[in-house]
Amino acid sequence: MDNNIALQAINVSKSYANHKALNKVSIEVPSQSIFGLLGPNGAGKTTLIRIINLISVMDEGRILLNGRNISTKDIANIGYLPEERGLYKKMKVGEQAVYLAQLKGMSRSDAMKQLKIWFEKYEIGSWWNKKVEELSKGMAQKVQFIVTVLHKPDLLIFDEPFSGFDPINVNLLKDEILQLRNNGATIIFSTHNMASVEELCDNIALIHNSQTVLSGKIHEIKDSYKSNIFEVAYKSLNEISFSNNNYSINESKLIRNIHYSTIKMNNGSTSNDLLQQIIPQAEIISFKEILPSINDIFIQEVSS
Amino acid sequence: MNKIFLIIQREYLSRVKKRSFIVMTIIGPVLMAAMIILPAYLADWSQATDKRIAVLDETGWFLEKFKEEDNLTFYYVFGNLDEEKENALTKNGDLLLYIPRTELNIPVNSELYSLKQPGLNVTSYIKSIMKEIVENKKLLASGIDPEIIKSAKVNINLQTIKVEEDGIEKKSNTEVEVGLAIFSGIMIYFFIFMFGVQVLKGVMEEKSNRIVEVIISSVKPFQLMLGKIFGVALVGLTQFLLWIILTLIIVGIFQSGAFTDSSSAMDMLGNSDVLKNAGKGGIDPMIMVNEVIGGINIKVMIFSFIFYFLGGYLLYSSLFAAIGGAIDHDTDSQQFMLPVSIPLIFSIALSGVIVNQPDSTLAIWMSMIPFTSPITMMMRIPFGVPMWQIYVSMGLLVIGFIFTTWMAGKIYKTGILMYGQKVSYPIIWKWLTKKY
Repeated sequence: MDNNIALQAINVSKSYANHKALNKVSIEVPSQSIFGLLGPNGAGKTTLIRIINLISVMDEGRILLNGRNISTKDIANIGYLPEERGLYKKMKVGEQAVYLAQLKGMSRSDAMKQLKIWFEKYEIGSWWNKKVEELSKGMAQKVQFIVTVLHKPDLLIFDEPFSGFDPINVNLLKDEILQLRNNGATIIFSTHNMASVEELCDNIALIHNSQTVLSGKIHEIKDSYKSNIFEVAYKSLNEISFSNNNYSINESKLIRNIHYSTIKMNNGSTSNDLLQQIIPQAEIISFKEILPSINDIFIQEVSS
Repeated sequence: MNKIFLIIQREYLSRVKKRSFIVMTIIGPVLMAAMIILPAYLADWSQATDKRIAVLDETGWFLEKFKEEDNLTFYYVFGNLDEEKENALTKNGDLLLYIPRTELNIPVNSELYSLKQPGLNVTSYIKSIMKEIVENKKLLASGIDPEIIKSAKVNINLQTIKVEEDGIEKKSNTEVEVGLAIFSGIMIYFFIFMFGVQVLKGVMEEKSNRIVEVIISSVKPFQLMLGKIFGVALVGLTQFLLWIILTLIIVGIFQSGAFTDSSSAMDMLGNSDVLKNAGKGGIDPMIMVNEVIGGINIKVMIFSFIFYFLGGYLLYSSLFAAIGGAIDHDTDSQQFMLPVSIPLIFSIALSGVIVNQPDSTLAIWMSMIPFTSPITMMMRIPFGVPMWQIYVSMGLLVIGFIFTTWMAGKIYKTGILMYGQKVSYPIIWKWLTKKY
């Protein structure tokens, strides 16, 4: 067993009364990395997350945590922020945070100590004796986040963590997630926010129609989806043209005397070959390969 | 186990600290104490005012016949009506009883003048004296000695004596037993509903606050459900104990304070209706009460009350928890609450039949079936129930609530994660039969 794999789902299947939510889904989450779980609504992401959290029971398959079958003993070592989340409205913030931490197995005094540190960090010490119903939604989400990570779990699972946060708090949360990873935590999160996936994730898996349709390191996936398209900006009187059909120009436009052309390479030639074709014809200003965004890959996979 | 304890603690403390709990805890004993004290206090208060009555008897039949009675004193006047009315009412503040001469010479009409409405004790005393005298006169006129009639009157005293299985005879009083039966039945009904609904509301709150998934990532749904049920049960027991203690304290304060002049609240209670009847046989009412209560096995009574309260509560609150877990909105609760509570309502509706015939087949069956037994058995126990029936009924109740809790657990753990689904009985049946 690879020591660097923190969590592994092997052929996990799960059926509800009317439909199959997961069909032999497998994922591998390397330790101390950020793993993005992507998929359209109803693909089965939340079902998989609930199975990992031992909230739902899978019909078949295995979930391994650090190489062992996951069990109730591991629950104290997982932090989970569900998509459907909330707090007791009538309960005071501090009291509630301590209660939820105790349910995760922390001692009362330890919970108090850690909470003090977090409340100071976010400068929200004055909320301690407020009832949750007195907080705004964004404030409550902050408290919720603190409660999720308070017991310093090795595995953190966030289901749609950015929903309900304003842009400032989204950035705060992103920074926090990166810092947690750098401090040694393994993080799984599901989201529809593709920009944040590109920004944060080391690895991703895309679940569609209850199956894993692609998974792996994010740059490898992007590499495998690249279609050898380059954009070149150049100065020249005329548009460049190619004598052989190894290259075809997809699109060209002229903006303030600068030509912008996207060129597709059709066979195994390299970018250097392409440059050599252009240099005699024009003065190159910029040259870059166009990589597909995760958003493009997502749409391509889901709509195909 | 430790986590269940944490949940129980939170459920308990968050409810006990609520203002509504504190208000209920104070109002309950005040009402109960008022029910005990007020009749006694009122009786005492109504007797307290002395009344003087001037009698203007034109017939002469009743001279010196009205004697001093309780706080009524009579004196005779002989002037004309208007003059004496003026004297008695305006000058002295007394009442005036006017018995006019009649044509037939049999005085059956009389008039009582007063500034305030005279009490029932005044009018009934006057009527009874006048009746006796007129009747006696008529009897004498017919040649019958009133003494013979008097001696022919008998007072039948029917003492019911219950023979226990061990042959010990105990005096009993059906009226006290009926009162006790109805009271304990209603208390159980009330407690099951009040605290069962608290469980329902608590579960719905967790679901609509969306906190439930956060919690069940730390504990099993079943633990959360049990923690809530036990936490609320402790709240119920606390309230019940506080009610009893506070009621006793309030009654005690009134006994030592308001009734210092020899008549205690309990003595006054002895004058209230039920016991007055018992006392007519010439037995001291308080001794009667002791004997009657002694006739009911008080230990069995208290033990079974607590048992059936807890058993009935556990049975129903787990069902209420399942409903709370299954539904999304308050408005949906009615269609599921009603069928579940029908057995409870049924048992209360039939309470009259049960106390009339506590050993009928219907009563026995209803006291065995777990859904009706908490109320029905508590209504039967004051009349005496064979111990084996109590044991069987208790055993069935335990099996019953284990079954409903298990069933509720299955519905609950699926339901709490279902948002925006219109729940119906077929869907709940699917949750029950299929593994989720």
